[in-house]
Amino acid sequence: MSAAEEQAGENRSWSSAVVRWVSGLVPRGQWLPDRQPGYVASWIYVFGVSALASLVLVIASGLVLTVGGVTWWHTSSLGHFVNSLHLWSVEFFFATMVIHLWGKFVMASWRGGRGLTWLTGAFSFFVSIGTAFTGYLIQTNFDSQWISTQAKDGLNSTGVGSQFNVMDFGQMVLYHVALLPLGVLVMVGLHVVLVRRRGVVPPFGAEPPAEAGVEAVSGSSEGGVK
Amino acid sequence: MAGRVVTPDSHAFPTRRYDLVKEFVTALVVMALLVVVFAAAVGSPDEKAITMKSWAANAPFDVVATATSELAGTSTTAGYGPPYNRASDGQALGPITLQKWFGVTHPVNAATDLVINPVSTLSDSATQAAVAQWKQASADQQSTWANNYANALGKVSDGDPAKVATGDYGPVPVIAAGELTLAKGGSLDGLLTTSSTFYGTDPTNALLLLADGSYMANIANAENLSGDQWGMMNESGHYPGQPWLWLYTFWYQIPPFSTSDNADVQVMALMMLLSLVFAFVPWIPGLNKIPHGLKLYRLVWRNWYAQHPEAVTATQTTPTRV
Repeated sequence: MSAAEEQAGENRSWSSAVVRWVSGLVPRGQWLPDRQPGYVASWIYVFGVSALASLVLVIASGLVLTVGGVTWWHTSSLGHFVNSLHLWSVEFFFATMVIHLWGKFVMASWRGGRGLTWLTGAFSFFVSIGTAFTGYLIQTNFDSQWISTQAKDGLNSTGVGSQFNVMDFGQMVLYHVALLPLGVLVMVGLHVVLVRRRGVVPPFGAEPPAEAGVEAVSGSSEGGVK
Repeated sequence: MAGRVVTPDSHAFPTRRYDLVKEFVTALVVMALLVVVFAAAVGSPDEKAITMKSWAANAPFDVVATATSELAGTSTTAGYGPPYNRASDGQALGPITLQKWFGVTHPVNAATDLVINPVSTLSDSATQAAVAQWKQASADQQSTWANNYANALGKVSDGDPAKVATGDYGPVPVIAAGELTLAKGGSLDGLLTTSSTFYGTDPTNALLLLADGSYMANIANAENLSGDQWGMMNESGHYPGQPWLWLYTFWYQIPPFSTSDNADVQVMALMMLLSLVFAFVPWIPGLNKIPHGLKLYRLVWRNWYAQHPEAVTATQTTPTRV
Protein backbone atom coordinates (compact mmCIF):
# COMPACT_ATOMS: atom_id res chain seq x y z
CA MET A 1 0.00 0.00 0.00
CA SER A 2 1.44 3.36 -0.98
CA ALA A 3 1.71 6.25 1.45
CA ALA A 4 -1.00 8.11 -0.45
CA GLU A 5 -3.35 5.12 -0.24
CA GLU A 6 -2.61 4.74 3.45
CA GLN A 7 -3.31 8.43 3.99
CA ALA A 8 -6.58 8.12 2.08
CA GLY A 9 -7.54 5.13 4.20
CA GLU A 10 -6.89 7.07 7.37
CA ASN A 11 -9.03 9.92 6.11
CA ARG A 12 -11.89 7.49 5.49
CA SER A 13 -11.69 5.93 8.95
CA TRP A 14 -14.58 6.38 11.34
CA SER A 15 -12.24 7.85 13.93
CA SER A 16 -10.93 10.58 11.66
CA ALA A 17 -14.49 11.30 10.51
CA VAL A 18 -15.54 11.86 14.13
CA VAL A 19 -12.51 14.09 14.71
CA ARG A 20 -13.36 16.15 11.63
CA TRP A 21 -16.98 16.41 12.71
CA VAL A 22 -16.15 17.53 16.23
CA SER A 23 -13.51 20.01 15.13
CA GLY A 24 -15.91 21.42 12.54
CA LEU A 25 -18.73 22.04 15.00
CA VAL A 26 -17.29 25.38 15.94
CA PRO A 27 -15.00 27.64 13.84
CA ARG A 28 -11.34 27.44 14.75
CA GLY A 29 -10.61 29.46 17.88
CA GLN A 30 -14.26 29.94 18.81
CA TRP A 31 -14.71 27.22 21.46
CA LEU A 32 -13.45 29.52 24.17
CA PRO A 33 -12.38 32.79 22.54
CA ASP A 34 -10.79 35.59 24.54
CA ARG A 35 -12.41 38.21 22.33
CA GLN A 36 -16.03 38.98 21.40
CA PRO A 37 -17.58 41.36 18.85
CA GLY A 38 -17.68 44.94 20.09
CA TYR A 39 -21.47 44.99 20.24
CA VAL A 40 -21.48 42.31 22.95
CA ALA A 41 -21.72 44.92 25.68
CA SER A 42 -24.95 44.91 27.66
CA TRP A 43 -26.22 43.64 30.98
CA ILE A 44 -28.61 41.37 29.14
CA TYR A 45 -25.70 39.09 28.20
CA VAL A 46 -25.12 38.37 31.88
CA PHE A 47 -28.30 36.35 32.23
CA GLY A 48 -27.34 33.53 29.88
CA VAL A 49 -24.15 32.78 31.78
CA SER A 50 -26.02 33.28 35.08
CA ALA A 51 -28.52 30.61 34.03
CA LEU A 52 -25.62 28.28 33.26
CA ALA A 53 -24.05 29.03 36.65
CA SER A 54 -27.39 28.39 38.37
CA LEU A 55 -27.70 25.08 36.55
CA VAL A 56 -24.33 24.06 37.98
CA LEU A 57 -25.65 24.90 41.46
CA VAL A 58 -28.88 23.00 40.82
CA ILE A 59 -26.93 19.88 39.86
CA ALA A 60 -24.44 20.22 42.70
CA SER A 61 -27.11 20.65 45.39
CA GLY A 62 -29.17 17.86 43.84
CA LEU A 63 -26.21 15.50 43.95
CA VAL A 64 -25.72 16.24 47.65
CA LEU A 65 -29.40 15.44 48.24
CA THR A 66 -28.99 12.10 46.45
CA VAL A 67 -26.24 11.15 48.90
CA GLY A 68 -28.63 11.50 51.81
CA GLY A 69 -31.59 9.86 50.08
CA VAL A 70 -35.08 11.06 49.28
CA THR A 71 -36.28 11.55 52.86
CA TRP A 72 -33.02 12.67 54.45
CA TRP A 73 -33.95 16.35 54.33
CA HIS A 74 -37.01 15.80 56.54
CA THR A 75 -34.97 14.63 59.49
CA SER A 76 -31.70 16.53 59.16
CA SER A 77 -31.23 20.28 59.50
CA LEU A 78 -28.27 20.01 57.14
CA GLY A 79 -30.45 18.09 54.72
CA HIS A 80 -33.14 20.76 54.92
CA PHE A 81 -30.56 23.46 54.22
CA VAL A 82 -29.29 21.54 51.19
CA ASN A 83 -32.89 21.20 50.04
CA SER A 84 -33.26 24.97 50.41
CA LEU A 85 -30.11 25.45 48.32
CA HIS A 86 -31.62 23.17 45.69
CA LEU A 87 -34.93 25.05 45.72
CA TRP A 88 -33.38 28.50 45.42
CA SER A 89 -30.86 27.48 42.79
CA VAL A 90 -33.83 26.23 40.76
CA GLU A 91 -35.71 29.49 41.31
CA PHE A 92 -32.70 31.54 40.20
CA PHE A 93 -32.08 29.18 37.30
CA PHE A 94 -35.58 29.84 35.98
CA ALA A 95 -35.47 33.56 36.74
CA THR A 96 -32.22 34.09 34.85
CA MET A 97 -33.27 31.74 32.05
CA VAL A 98 -36.54 33.58 31.49
CA ILE A 99 -34.81 37.00 31.44
CA HIS A 100 -32.23 35.55 29.04
CA LEU A 101 -35.06 34.23 26.90
CA TRP A 102 -36.91 37.54 26.65
CA GLY A 103 -33.64 39.34 26.04
CA LYS A 104 -32.93 37.04 23.13
CA PHE A 105 -36.47 37.53 21.85
CA VAL A 106 -36.22 41.32 21.69
CA MET A 107 -32.88 40.92 19.92
CA ALA A 108 -34.42 38.42 17.45
CA SER A 109 -31.42 36.29 18.17
CA TRP A 110 -32.49 33.65 15.68
CA ARG A 111 -31.28 35.84 12.81
CA GLY A 112 -28.33 34.80 10.70
CA GLY A 113 -28.98 31.05 10.72
CA ARG A 114 -29.45 30.88 14.48
CA GLY A 115 -32.90 29.26 14.40
CA LEU A 116 -31.62 26.03 15.91
CA THR A 117 -29.93 28.00 18.68
CA TRP A 118 -33.31 29.49 19.60
CA LEU A 119 -35.01 26.10 19.25
CA THR A 120 -32.58 24.31 21.57
CA GLY A 121 -32.94 27.15 24.06
CA ALA A 122 -36.71 26.80 23.98
CA PHE A 123 -36.52 23.06 24.49
CA SER A 124 -34.03 23.57 27.32
CA PHE A 125 -36.76 25.65 28.97
CA PHE A 126 -39.45 23.03 28.36
CA VAL A 127 -37.38 20.10 29.65
CA SER A 128 -36.34 22.18 32.65
CA ILE A 129 -40.01 22.74 33.51
CA GLY A 130 -40.59 18.97 33.41
CA THR A 131 -37.56 18.35 35.56
CA ALA A 132 -38.59 20.90 38.16
CA PHE A 133 -42.12 19.53 38.16
CA THR A 134 -40.94 16.01 38.99
CA GLY A 135 -38.85 17.50 41.77
CA TYR A 136 -41.99 18.82 43.39
CA LEU A 137 -43.52 15.34 43.09
CA ILE A 138 -40.77 13.57 45.01
CA GLN A 139 -40.54 15.79 48.06
CA THR A 140 -42.40 13.12 50.08
CA ASN A 141 -44.43 15.78 51.88
CA PHE A 142 -47.84 17.42 51.61
CA ASP A 143 -46.88 19.43 48.54
CA SER A 144 -45.97 16.33 46.60
CA GLN A 145 -49.22 14.63 47.65
CA TRP A 146 -51.32 17.58 46.53
CA ILE A 147 -49.40 18.40 43.35
CA SER A 148 -49.35 14.79 42.15
CA THR A 149 -53.06 14.20 42.74
CA GLN A 150 -53.92 17.45 40.93
CA ALA A 151 -51.45 17.11 38.08
CA LYS A 152 -52.59 13.62 37.22
CA ASP A 153 -55.79 14.99 35.67
CA GLY A 154 -54.00 17.15 33.13
CA LEU A 155 -51.64 14.38 32.10
CA ASN A 156 -54.33 11.69 32.09
CA SER A 157 -56.53 13.85 29.88
CA THR A 158 -53.91 13.71 27.12
CA GLY A 159 -53.14 10.02 27.53
CA VAL A 160 -49.64 10.81 28.80
CA GLY A 161 -50.71 9.65 32.25
CA SER A 162 -51.10 6.13 30.92
CA GLN A 163 -47.30 5.83 30.90
CA PHE A 164 -46.14 8.73 33.05
CA ASN A 165 -47.82 8.26 36.43
CA VAL A 166 -47.14 11.32 38.56
CA MET A 167 -48.37 9.48 41.66
CA ASP A 168 -45.83 6.67 41.17
CA PHE A 169 -43.11 7.93 43.47
CA GLY A 170 -40.52 5.41 42.28
CA GLN A 171 -41.01 6.33 38.63
CA MET A 172 -40.88 10.06 39.36
CA VAL A 173 -37.66 9.77 41.36
CA LEU A 174 -35.92 8.15 38.43
CA TYR A 175 -37.31 10.69 35.98
CA HIS A 176 -36.13 13.52 38.22
CA VAL A 177 -32.60 12.34 38.90
CA ALA A 178 -31.78 10.61 35.62
CA LEU A 179 -33.91 10.95 32.49
CA LEU A 180 -34.99 14.57 32.63
CA PRO A 181 -31.69 16.08 33.89
CA LEU A 182 -29.99 14.22 31.06
CA GLY A 183 -32.45 15.87 28.69
CA VAL A 184 -31.68 19.30 30.16
CA LEU A 185 -27.93 18.75 29.86
CA VAL A 186 -28.22 17.54 26.26
CA MET A 187 -30.38 20.50 25.23
CA VAL A 188 -28.26 23.06 27.07
CA GLY A 189 -25.10 21.45 25.66
CA LEU A 190 -26.42 21.69 22.11
CA HIS A 191 -27.50 25.26 22.77
CA VAL A 192 -24.06 26.31 23.98
CA VAL A 193 -22.31 24.58 21.06
CA LEU A 194 -24.61 26.38 18.61
CA VAL A 195 -23.94 29.71 20.32
CA ARG A 196 -20.21 29.14 19.92
CA ARG A 197 -20.70 27.92 16.34
CA ARG A 198 -22.67 30.93 15.09
CA GLY A 199 -21.40 33.57 17.47
CA VAL A 200 -23.50 36.30 19.07
CA VAL A 201 -26.12 37.82 16.79
CA PRO A 202 -25.20 41.31 15.51
CA PRO A 203 -27.49 44.29 16.09
CA PHE A 204 -30.18 45.09 13.55
CA GLY A 205 -28.70 47.13 10.73
CA ALA A 206 -25.10 46.32 11.63
CA GLU A 207 -22.51 45.68 8.95
CA PRO A 208 -18.89 44.64 9.55
CA PRO A 209 -16.52 47.50 8.61
CA ALA A 210 -14.98 45.81 5.57
CA GLU A 211 -18.38 45.17 4.09
CA ALA A 212 -20.24 48.28 5.12
CA GLY A 213 -22.33 49.48 2.22
CA VAL A 214 -22.46 46.02 0.67
CA GLU A 215 -26.05 44.88 0.62
CA ALA A 216 -25.80 41.13 0.93
CA VAL A 217 -22.98 39.22 2.50
CA SER A 218 -23.58 35.93 4.18
CA GLY A 219 -25.93 34.31 6.62
CA SER A 220 -29.67 34.50 6.10
CA SER A 221 -32.40 37.09 5.84
CA GLU A 222 -32.98 39.16 8.92
CA GLY A 223 -36.10 38.51 10.86
CA GLY A 224 -36.50 34.99 9.59
CA VAL A 225 -34.03 32.17 9.23
CA LYS A 226 -33.03 30.01 6.34
CA MET B 1 -30.12 39.40 -4.26
CA ALA B 2 -31.58 42.88 -4.38
CA GLY B 3 -34.18 43.56 -1.75
CA ARG B 4 -33.00 40.72 0.44
CA VAL B 5 -30.94 41.91 3.36
CA VAL B 6 -29.02 39.40 5.36
CA THR B 7 -27.57 39.23 8.84
CA PRO B 8 -23.77 39.41 8.62
CA ASP B 9 -21.47 36.83 10.11
CA SER B 10 -20.70 37.81 13.70
CA HIS B 11 -17.08 36.75 13.27
CA ALA B 12 -16.52 39.53 10.75
CA PHE B 13 -17.03 42.33 13.30
CA PRO B 14 -14.28 44.09 15.24
CA THR B 15 -13.72 42.45 18.60
CA ARG B 16 -12.76 43.48 22.09
CA ARG B 17 -11.24 41.52 24.97
CA TYR B 18 -13.82 39.35 26.69
CA ASP B 19 -12.88 36.74 29.28
CA LEU B 20 -15.60 34.07 29.11
CA VAL B 21 -14.11 31.93 31.86
CA LYS B 22 -13.83 34.89 34.22
CA GLU B 23 -17.42 35.84 33.38
CA PHE B 24 -18.64 32.31 34.18
CA VAL B 25 -16.69 32.05 37.44
CA THR B 26 -17.94 35.46 38.52
CA ALA B 27 -21.52 34.47 37.70
CA LEU B 28 -21.07 31.21 39.61
CA VAL B 29 -19.81 33.01 42.70
CA VAL B 30 -22.57 35.64 42.58
CA MET B 31 -25.33 33.07 42.02
CA ALA B 32 -23.91 30.84 44.76
CA LEU B 33 -23.96 33.75 47.20
CA LEU B 34 -27.54 34.61 46.27
CA VAL B 35 -28.63 31.00 46.67
CA VAL B 36 -26.92 30.60 50.04
CA VAL B 37 -28.41 33.86 51.34
CA PHE B 38 -31.93 32.94 50.27
CA ALA B 39 -31.58 29.35 51.51
CA ALA B 40 -30.41 30.57 54.91
CA ALA B 41 -32.85 33.46 55.23
CA VAL B 42 -35.98 31.99 53.66
CA GLY B 43 -35.41 28.23 53.61
CA SER B 44 -37.83 25.87 51.92
CA PRO B 45 -41.29 24.53 52.79
CA ASP B 46 -41.71 21.07 54.26
CA GLU B 47 -45.26 20.50 55.44
CA LYS B 48 -45.56 16.94 56.65
CA ALA B 49 -47.32 14.47 54.40
CA ILE B 50 -50.85 13.47 55.37
CA THR B 51 -51.02 9.92 56.66
CA MET B 52 -54.17 7.85 56.77
CA LYS B 53 -53.76 7.93 60.54
CA SER B 54 -53.70 11.73 60.63
CA TRP B 55 -56.67 11.81 58.25
CA ALA B 56 -58.60 9.48 60.56
CA ALA B 57 -57.63 11.46 63.63
CA ASN B 58 -58.56 14.86 62.21
CA ALA B 59 -61.50 13.98 59.96
CA PRO B 60 -62.78 10.50 60.83
CA PHE B 61 -66.20 11.07 59.28
CA ASP B 62 -64.56 12.04 56.01
CA VAL B 63 -62.79 8.67 55.96
CA VAL B 64 -66.13 6.91 56.40
CA ALA B 65 -67.83 9.05 53.74
CA THR B 66 -64.98 8.49 51.31
CA ALA B 67 -64.98 4.72 51.82
CA THR B 68 -68.73 4.72 51.27
CA SER B 69 -68.38 6.70 48.05
CA GLU B 70 -65.84 4.16 46.79
CA LEU B 71 -68.32 1.36 47.51
CA ALA B 72 -71.17 3.32 45.89
CA GLY B 73 -69.14 4.05 42.79
CA THR B 74 -69.65 7.79 43.24
CA SER B 75 -66.08 8.80 44.13
CA THR B 76 -63.84 10.59 41.64
CA THR B 77 -61.72 7.47 41.21
CA ALA B 78 -64.69 5.15 40.76
CA GLY B 79 -66.03 7.22 37.86
CA TYR B 80 -62.68 8.42 36.51
CA GLY B 81 -62.18 6.36 33.36
CA PRO B 82 -58.75 5.67 31.85
CA PRO B 83 -56.07 5.03 32.93
CA TYR B 84 -57.78 3.56 36.03
CA ASN B 85 -61.04 2.03 34.80
CA ARG B 86 -63.69 2.20 32.09
CA ALA B 87 -66.39 3.91 34.15
CA SER B 88 -66.25 6.81 31.70
CA ASP B 89 -64.34 7.88 28.59
CA GLY B 90 -62.54 10.67 30.38
CA GLN B 91 -61.96 14.10 28.86
CA ALA B 92 -62.28 14.85 25.19
CA LEU B 93 -61.05 17.52 22.81
CA GLY B 94 -63.94 17.56 20.39
CA PRO B 95 -63.92 14.15 18.71
CA ILE B 96 -60.43 13.40 20.04
CA THR B 97 -60.58 11.20 23.14
CA LEU B 98 -56.91 10.69 23.94
CA GLN B 99 -57.66 9.55 27.47
CA LYS B 100 -59.84 6.73 26.16
CA TRP B 101 -57.50 5.85 23.30
CA PHE B 102 -54.54 5.22 25.60
CA GLY B 103 -56.68 2.84 27.66
CA VAL B 104 -56.53 1.44 31.17
CA THR B 105 -52.89 1.02 32.17
CA HIS B 106 -53.24 1.25 35.95
CA PRO B 107 -56.42 -0.70 36.70
CA VAL B 108 -58.17 0.38 39.88
CA ASN B 109 -61.44 -1.07 41.11
CA ALA B 110 -62.29 1.64 43.61
CA ALA B 111 -64.51 -0.50 45.84
CA THR B 112 -62.33 -3.60 45.81
CA ASP B 113 -58.83 -2.11 45.75
CA LEU B 114 -59.36 0.91 48.01
CA VAL B 115 -61.81 -0.55 50.54
CA ILE B 116 -62.78 -4.23 50.41
CA ASN B 117 -59.28 -5.70 50.05
CA PRO B 118 -57.79 -3.69 52.93
CA VAL B 119 -60.83 -4.16 55.18
CA SER B 120 -60.87 -7.91 54.54
CA THR B 121 -57.58 -8.10 56.47
CA LEU B 122 -59.43 -7.26 59.69
CA SER B 123 -60.00 -10.50 61.56
CA ASP B 124 -63.00 -9.67 63.73
CA SER B 125 -66.08 -11.74 62.93
CA ALA B 126 -68.39 -8.78 62.30
CA THR B 127 -66.11 -7.34 59.63
CA GLN B 128 -65.45 -10.76 58.10
CA ALA B 129 -69.21 -11.37 57.89
CA ALA B 130 -69.79 -7.94 56.36
CA VAL B 131 -67.13 -8.46 53.70
CA ALA B 132 -68.54 -11.90 52.90
CA GLN B 133 -72.06 -10.46 52.60
CA TRP B 134 -70.75 -7.72 50.28
CA LYS B 135 -68.93 -10.17 48.03
CA GLN B 136 -71.95 -12.45 47.73
CA ALA B 137 -74.35 -9.63 46.81
CA SER B 138 -75.13 -8.57 43.25
CA ALA B 139 -73.68 -5.36 41.88
CA ASP B 140 -77.10 -3.73 42.00
CA GLN B 141 -77.58 -4.71 45.62
CA GLN B 142 -74.11 -3.41 46.53
CA SER B 143 -74.87 -0.11 44.80
CA THR B 144 -78.23 0.22 46.57
CA TRP B 145 -76.73 -0.40 50.01
CA ALA B 146 -73.81 1.95 49.49
CA ASN B 147 -75.87 4.75 47.95
CA ASN B 148 -78.46 4.48 50.71
CA TYR B 149 -75.72 4.83 53.30
CA ALA B 150 -74.03 7.68 51.43
CA ASN B 151 -77.32 9.58 51.27
CA ALA B 152 -77.98 8.94 54.95
CA LEU B 153 -74.51 10.21 55.88
CA GLY B 154 -75.17 13.28 53.76
CA LYS B 155 -78.24 14.09 55.80
CA VAL B 156 -76.26 14.24 59.03
CA SER B 157 -74.87 17.75 59.44
CA ASP B 158 -71.41 16.70 60.60
CA GLY B 159 -71.42 13.33 58.80
CA ASP B 160 -71.18 11.39 62.06
CA PRO B 161 -72.06 7.74 61.27
CA ALA B 162 -73.42 7.34 64.84
CA LYS B 163 -76.20 9.79 64.01
CA VAL B 164 -77.35 8.08 60.82
CA ALA B 165 -80.96 6.91 60.82
CA THR B 166 -81.58 3.19 60.43
CA GLY B 167 -82.01 1.99 56.87
CA ASP B 168 -81.19 -0.59 54.23
CA TYR B 169 -77.41 -0.28 54.25
CA GLY B 170 -76.45 -3.97 54.29
CA PRO B 171 -72.81 -4.46 55.37
CA VAL B 172 -71.69 -0.99 54.23
CA PRO B 173 -71.58 0.71 57.68
CA VAL B 174 -69.43 -2.09 59.08
CA ILE B 175 -67.08 -2.06 56.08
CA ALA B 176 -66.75 1.74 56.14
CA ALA B 177 -66.08 1.59 59.88
CA GLY B 178 -63.47 -1.07 59.16
CA GLU B 179 -61.70 1.33 56.77
CA LEU B 180 -61.66 3.91 59.58
CA THR B 181 -60.28 1.33 62.01
CA LEU B 182 -57.43 0.51 59.63
CA ALA B 183 -56.70 4.19 59.09
CA LYS B 184 -56.69 4.93 62.83
CA GLY B 185 -54.37 2.01 63.45
CA GLY B 186 -51.92 3.24 60.80
CA SER B 187 -52.03 0.13 58.64
CA LEU B 188 -54.16 1.44 55.76
CA ASP B 189 -51.25 3.24 54.06
CA GLY B 190 -49.23 0.04 53.91
CA LEU B 191 -52.17 -2.08 52.80
CA LEU B 192 -52.74 0.25 49.87
CA THR B 193 -49.10 0.60 48.92
CA THR B 194 -47.15 -2.51 49.81
CA SER B 195 -49.76 -5.27 49.93
CA SER B 196 -48.47 -6.82 46.71
CA THR B 197 -44.80 -5.98 46.98
CA PHE B 198 -42.16 -5.69 49.67
CA TYR B 199 -40.72 -2.50 48.14
CA GLY B 200 -43.62 -0.10 48.04
CA THR B 201 -42.58 2.73 45.76
CA ASP B 202 -45.96 3.32 44.11
CA PRO B 203 -48.51 4.98 46.43
CA THR B 204 -50.96 5.63 43.59
CA ASN B 205 -53.88 3.86 45.25
CA ALA B 206 -53.30 5.54 48.60
CA LEU B 207 -53.14 8.93 46.91
CA LEU B 208 -56.31 8.24 44.92
CA LEU B 209 -58.17 7.40 48.13
CA LEU B 210 -56.80 10.49 49.86
CA ALA B 211 -57.76 12.69 46.91
CA ASP B 212 -61.29 11.26 46.89
CA GLY B 213 -61.84 12.63 50.38
CA SER B 214 -62.33 16.25 51.39
CA TYR B 215 -59.61 16.46 54.02
CA MET B 216 -56.63 17.06 51.75
CA ALA B 217 -58.56 19.46 49.51
CA ASN B 218 -59.64 21.50 52.53
CA ILE B 219 -56.04 21.90 53.66
CA ALA B 220 -54.99 22.84 50.14
CA ASN B 221 -57.78 25.38 49.86
CA ALA B 222 -56.74 27.00 53.11
CA GLU B 223 -53.23 27.35 51.67
CA ASN B 224 -54.35 28.76 48.29
CA LEU B 225 -53.24 25.67 46.44
CA SER B 226 -56.43 24.84 44.55
CA GLY B 227 -56.67 25.17 40.81
CA ASP B 228 -59.02 28.16 40.94
CA GLN B 229 -56.59 29.89 43.33
CA TRP B 230 -53.69 29.80 40.86
CA GLY B 231 -52.57 26.87 42.97
CA MET B 232 -50.63 25.21 40.18
CA MET B 233 -47.85 27.76 40.61
CA ASN B 234 -48.05 27.93 44.41
CA GLU B 235 -46.67 25.74 47.15
CA SER B 236 -47.42 25.59 50.84
CA GLY B 237 -46.22 28.52 52.92
CA HIS B 238 -44.86 31.79 51.60
CA TYR B 239 -42.55 30.40 48.96
CA PRO B 240 -42.34 31.21 45.27
CA GLY B 241 -43.46 27.79 44.02
CA GLN B 242 -43.39 27.43 40.25
CA PRO B 243 -44.00 30.95 38.86
CA TRP B 244 -42.92 29.73 35.42
CA LEU B 245 -46.28 27.95 35.23
CA TRP B 246 -48.22 31.25 35.41
CA LEU B 247 -49.55 31.03 31.87
CA TYR B 248 -50.59 27.40 32.28
CA THR B 249 -52.62 28.10 35.43
CA PHE B 250 -53.92 31.41 34.01
CA TRP B 251 -56.20 29.61 31.55
CA TYR B 252 -57.94 27.75 34.38
CA GLN B 253 -59.08 31.09 35.82
CA ILE B 254 -61.04 32.29 32.78
CA PRO B 255 -63.95 31.01 30.66
CA PRO B 256 -64.41 28.83 28.77
CA PHE B 257 -61.82 26.74 30.63
CA SER B 258 -62.98 27.68 34.14
CA THR B 259 -66.41 26.22 33.42
CA SER B 260 -65.49 23.36 31.10
CA ASP B 261 -65.69 19.66 31.94
CA ASN B 262 -62.79 19.16 29.55
CA ALA B 263 -60.65 22.01 30.89
CA ASP B 264 -57.57 19.86 31.49
CA VAL B 265 -57.23 18.57 27.95
CA GLN B 266 -58.23 21.95 26.48
CA VAL B 267 -55.60 23.82 28.48
CA MET B 268 -53.02 21.15 27.70
CA ALA B 269 -53.75 21.44 23.98
CA LEU B 270 -53.61 25.23 24.08
CA MET B 271 -50.31 25.22 25.95
CA MET B 272 -48.88 22.66 23.54
CA LEU B 273 -49.84 24.91 20.63
CA LEU B 274 -48.42 28.03 22.29
CA SER B 275 -45.23 26.16 23.16
CA LEU B 276 -44.76 25.08 19.56
CA VAL B 277 -45.35 28.64 18.36
CA PHE B 278 -42.80 29.85 20.89
CA ALA B 279 -40.22 27.25 19.85
CA PHE B 280 -40.70 27.81 16.13
CA VAL B 281 -41.17 31.59 16.17
CA PRO B 282 -38.03 32.13 14.04
CA TRP B 283 -39.78 30.44 11.13
CA ILE B 284 -43.25 31.96 11.56
CA PRO B 285 -43.74 34.95 9.23
CA GLY B 286 -45.02 37.99 11.03
CA LEU B 287 -44.21 36.75 14.51
CA ASN B 288 -40.50 36.73 13.72
CA LYS B 289 -40.80 40.44 12.82
CA ILE B 290 -42.19 41.43 16.23
CA PRO B 291 -38.79 42.20 17.83
CA HIS B 292 -37.96 44.63 15.04
CA GLY B 293 -41.31 46.35 15.51
CA LEU B 294 -40.93 46.56 19.27
CA LYS B 295 -37.53 48.23 18.92
CA LEU B 296 -36.55 47.16 22.43
CA TYR B 297 -33.29 45.93 20.92
CA ARG B 298 -32.21 49.58 20.82
CA LEU B 299 -32.06 49.50 24.60
CA VAL B 300 -29.90 46.38 24.56
CA TRP B 301 -27.44 47.83 22.04
CA ARG B 302 -27.91 51.52 22.89
CA ASN B 303 -24.18 52.12 23.45
CA TRP B 304 -23.26 50.42 20.21
CA TYR B 305 -25.92 52.30 18.25
CA ALA B 306 -24.67 55.59 19.75
CA GLN B 307 -21.32 54.84 18.13
CA HIS B 308 -22.87 53.55 14.90
CA PRO B 309 -25.65 55.94 13.85
CA GLU B 310 -25.50 54.53 10.32
CA ALA B 311 -26.87 51.24 11.69
CA VAL B 312 -29.85 53.04 13.21
CA THR B 313 -30.51 54.65 9.85
CA ALA B 314 -30.28 51.24 8.18
CA THR B 315 -32.96 49.81 10.48
CA GLN B 316 -35.25 52.73 9.59
CA THR B 317 -34.72 52.96 5.85
CA THR B 318 -34.44 49.37 4.71
CA PRO B 319 -37.92 47.87 4.58
CA THR B 320 -36.74 44.30 4.38
CA ARG B 321 -34.39 44.76 7.30
CA VAL B 322 -36.80 43.48 9.91
